[in-house]
Amino acid sequence: MASVPISEDRRFGLRRQARLTTPLNLSSGARLGPVDIAYETYGAMNADKSNVILICHALTGDQYVASDHPVTGKPGWWWRLVGAGKPVDPARHFVVCSNVIGSCMGSSGPASIDPATGDPHAMRFPVLTIADMVRAQAALLDHLGVERLSAVIGGSMGGMQALTWPTLFPDRVESCIVIASTARHSAQNIAFHEVGRQAIMADPHWRGGDYYADGQVPSAGLAVARMAAHITYLSEAGLTEKFGRRLQGRPENPNGAKTFGFDADFQVESYLRHQGLSFVERFDANSYLYITRAMDYYDIADDHGGSLAKAFTATKARFCLVSFDTDWLYPTAESRIIVHALNASGAQASFVELSSPFGHDAFLLECPELNRVVDGFLKGGRA
Amino acid sequence: MNETLRPDLALIARTVRQGARVLDVGCGDGALMAALRDNAGVDARGLEIDGSNVAAAVGRGLSVVQGDADTDLGYYPDASFDYAILSQTLQTTRRPDLVVEELLRIGGQAFVSFPNFAHWRGRISLMWGGRMPVTRLLPDTWYDTLNIHHVTVDDFRALVKERGWTIDGQWFLKGDRETTHANANLFAEHAVFLLRK
Repeated sequence: MASVPISEDRRFGLRRQARLTTPLNLSSGARLGPVDIAYETYGAMNADKSNVILICHALTGDQYVASDHPVTGKPGWWWRLVGAGKPVDPARHFVVCSNVIGSCMGSSGPASIDPATGDPHAMRFPVLTIADMVRAQAALLDHLGVERLSAVIGGSMGGMQALTWPTLFPDRVESCIVIASTARHSAQNIAFHEVGRQAIMADPHWRGGDYYADGQVPSAGLAVARMAAHITYLSEAGLTEKFGRRLQGRPENPNGAKTFGFDADFQVESYLRHQGLSFVERFDANSYLYITRAMDYYDIADDHGGSLAKAFTATKARFCLVSFDTDWLYPTAESRIIVHALNASGAQASFVELSSPFGHDAFLLECPELNRVVDGFLKGGRA
Repeated sequence: MNETLRPDLALIARTVRQGARVLDVGCGDGALMAALRDNAGVDARGLEIDGSNVAAAVGRGLSVVQGDADTDLGYYPDASFDYAILSQTLQTTRRPDLVVEELLRIGGQAFVSFPNFAHWRGRISLMWGGRMPVTRLLPDTWYDTLNIHHVTVDDFRALVKERGWTIDGQWFLKGDRETTHANANLFAEHAVFLLRK
């Protein structure tokens, strides 16, 4: 890392924020502006600006892809893929990762202050789409002086943004890696999200979204939303292996016992409660509503007259798709739909289903084959 | 990175035109595609059923899609490639005739290579041993082989005639060497056909 020059340019580095004054034209027809974007960059842009990689994060992710999280202190969420000696390496690549608009880690969202009123936007924030998130990223890249992306990479909702990129900006993307993702949200995907949103909105603290003033946030509702969603990120086999029907140990009984009550008797209950509770400390409930809504509206074919293949006819980008065999949230069949459309449009496409016991979460976990595929695909562009 | 290609692949690699567009169906770990790309500037795409093979091929920078020749060829547009290649895969498909039809729809020409089941060693094994042949090119036993449609050179010629396809080239291999066309059905271990519709 010593060879990487430290940029004097204040636009580049860790924990950056940009205020983009030009309003964004949103899918809904509304305009949003000025727009704040929180982001990080790693590495340095080369002379011909040909080494830029944009990383897109998932629903509850953030810009801290390869640096410690300021709230949780945990290492970057994709440190297995991005970092020294990894397929995306700041020694070779200029890496950009920004917080999606609608989120709550420094980019404009329902929790940020509306300059017109001095109060948080709350539910007065415009409803967004995945395409809007991509438009905001493009505006950020304009600000950073980046014209073309060597690669855009994302998993899950990040994959939706990555796949949307070449459809909106066909000439700005050279390659696109879409991991554990889909070209549209299915009825089942929407259904799970609706459960989460209803849990938040049923929390008496939610109050139509205006909960920022007194600090009484709808944490119970948000925790339930997270618990339900978290189940969809895991596989049944993974849950069984990790918890089975094992009981939660207690100080008075290390092996646990049935209490004949409604405490978290089972380890899996205790785990989910912990997931819910730790999530509410780092995430805004209204952001959860807005981002899940954006994912539900996501359907690339629908934006191109019902033909997914048509979405990719204008781009020369190379595509790499990866699915996981135990992912039932965005199963392999969804990736195949994208591959078939790419084949029909004549695009250069690679696709592989990798094996993992961890369900949808596999894209964030140890998977040497994923690294090998991403590394080979990225280097393949240089042949 | 010039590795030694399997003899039937080397033969195909010698025949493919410089800069052609090629779809390699059942491309394995991409050895032929890599050779075509590196030596002949070919725009090669692959289809392969085995995930670890696909990962290996993508890992070498090739465009390979995990899929099944029996079900996934329909998604490729007509005449989108100069050549479609099916090497040592024909006998593993559920409907070899339909797969070749698809190859000839997608590609201007199609290479089809397969082990010849009528090679004399196999015949002896059946005739005198009464057992299904287990040979160098067909190393699996009858119960675990992926080869569900064994085919002979003459069988394949008959299919070509019946469907009205044109043979633009044919090559026969014995061991790792090319052999004569005479009595290929008896003496060739391996056949490579170049077809056109």
